[in-house]
Amino acid sequence: MAGQLFKVILLILVTAILGGCSGQNPSSTIDNKEKIQVGLVFDIGGLGDKSFNDQAYTGLKKAAAEYSLEMGKDIEYLEPAEAADRETALRQMASKKKALIFGIGFIFSEDVNRVAKDFPETKFACVDYVSPANEADIPPNVVGLKYKEEEGAFLVGALASLVTKTNKIGFVGGMQSPLIKKFEAGYKAGAHYANPKCVVIANYAGMTPDAFKNPSKGKELALSIYDKGADIIFHASGSTGLGVFEAARDKKKLAIGVDADQYDEAPGYILTSMIKKVDVSVFEEVKAVHDNNFANGIRVFDLASGGIDYIYNDKNKNLITEDTHQKIEAIRQKIINGEIKVPSSLD
Amino acid sequence: MLEMLTWVMLAQTIRISIPYVLASLGGVYSERSGVVNIALEGIMLNGALGAVLASYYAQNAWIGILGGMGAGLLTAILLAIITIRFKADQIVSGVAINLLAIGLTKFILRLVFNSSSNSSRVEGLPIWHLPGVPMDSFWNSVIGSPLVLLTGVIILVSHIIMKKSVFGLRIRAVGEHPEAADSVGISVARMRYWGVLISGLLAGLAGTYLALEQHQFTQNMTSGRGYIALAAMIFGKWTPVGAVLASLLFGFSESLNIQFQSMGYQIPNQFIQMIPYVVTMVVLLGVIGRSVPPAADGKPYEAGN
Repeated sequence: MAGQLFKVILLILVTAILGGCSGQNPSSTIDNKEKIQVGLVFDIGGLGDKSFNDQAYTGLKKAAAEYSLEMGKDIEYLEPAEAADRETALRQMASKKKALIFGIGFIFSEDVNRVAKDFPETKFACVDYVSPANEADIPPNVVGLKYKEEEGAFLVGALASLVTKTNKIGFVGGMQSPLIKKFEAGYKAGAHYANPKCVVIANYAGMTPDAFKNPSKGKELALSIYDKGADIIFHASGSTGLGVFEAARDKKKLAIGVDADQYDEAPGYILTSMIKKVDVSVFEEVKAVHDNNFANGIRVFDLASGGIDYIYNDKNKNLITEDTHQKIEAIRQKIINGEIKVPSSLD
Repeated sequence: MLEMLTWVMLAQTIRISIPYVLASLGGVYSERSGVVNIALEGIMLNGALGAVLASYYAQNAWIGILGGMGAGLLTAILLAIITIRFKADQIVSGVAINLLAIGLTKFILRLVFNSSSNSSRVEGLPIWHLPGVPMDSFWNSVIGSPLVLLTGVIILVSHIIMKKSVFGLRIRAVGEHPEAADSVGISVARMRYWGVLISGLLAGLAGTYLALEQHQFTQNMTSGRGYIALAAMIFGKWTPVGAVLASLLFGFSESLNIQFQSMGYQIPNQFIQMIPYVVTMVVLLGVIGRSVPPAADGKPYEAGN
């Protein structure tokens, strides 16, 4: 009796855990021969992350409107629940004869390479792609979408160094990794370029991926930076950054968002956000496949192409003077012209 | 170096330690009664979401505390039924509950707040300011927080319960020698239910503190604190005072790491982050006074054996 009941409880537990793996109903693909078929696999976090995944979804919706595709039919997406499900999800999409399949996040890089070799007819695109040691090894049906984060970080660093009243600004990174160091490098270079007297204090939340999901740690890191006299902090740390915003509210100081416009997370305390326009790159890739000019290899999105930018709109205008705005725009031009070389690492 | 050892750092150490203190105290109740509680992490996470949901719907952070402890209690009841009533393997059940909590909280987050990242902003607890004390003083930046004061009371009460009360003696007895306790008429199962349920309330409160300090729930926001609390409890030799001191040490080393980074010292912070874990392992190896678990910890009790 007791054993039986325990089995039932275990079964419920297991079902609940597996139930987290959600997907869409497979739908038939009749009568869409001429319509482009797109598949997309989200990163863990999935829809509603207010960041990459949501932006990718926006890109898909734009493509749907442009090419009159039907969401859930011509365009399908999957949200893997576990890291190990990524490759399976890609294969599932590929076996549905999709023309183009997206993987959202650097973590897909190797999965995409592997699956692409088995489905040579299908095109694959990976956001934040990490290329193999030899770029010639990128499969002919894979395009890696990369962003020059350091250029955007340079601009917000310059902006922060002009807005600061204490000549001290801060940086909070998530996991210590080359990707996040790229943000720090650009940010520091930008601050020193626009205001040589400006000091930058940089803190990291940790050494593991957990460091991107630790708002309490983010708050303490930010509080200690504000305590040292800084009045603006830029974060590149996922939801750890929400703690940075909380500290900004507590101390009545400013913070800078990342990836998407984060103004609404702490209205009045967000100076600006450095954004990566994943929606633009997703749309561009659908367009390329639609127009039959897909090219494999690395595709870089930067300030020049508009894939990287910072937020300046009606919401944060009152925090940035017109003069400062002009200076930042001038710096943007210099980066685009190549007059300013932005470092992508700290050494 | 010395200029860092300030009130600011002490305040930070205490703020960081509160979740460790509460959860590791919870662990002490559960494990002294004989139930290994790996599920502290999951209980804490559910507690954090419970606190946010209650505070969100009631528009009142005090109700949020009840919600957080309630969610922790419910999770602990599940653990208790599986491990005490059905005598399942305690480690496996604990891990299952942690996995369940990750999935469940994400599911509810999307259901209620339509986001997989974070909830809406909710009401937090006020700080009880002392009149005439500056805003950034030690009092106002940590002690004035109601949950910090409550934690102080809980530490004191836990110490007294475990050391001096009949209830504490019985909890310890069923964890140390359940057959002997049973033979003098103490219900082993009932005492273990008490142990696990109290640990649920306390770990739920730990999650509540995390969530209300942030004014929101974010996905997987406990990020391993339950496991650190578990280590603190072991380091503290399964006693309330030991667990509290170990929690404070872990909090201090985290604060030290943050301060070093902000001062720009070029010490690899991997090294500083390692310290608490190295110390825990050293203690487990018996170098600094051996840490021995309750004899019946982790063993389901079969009457008549």
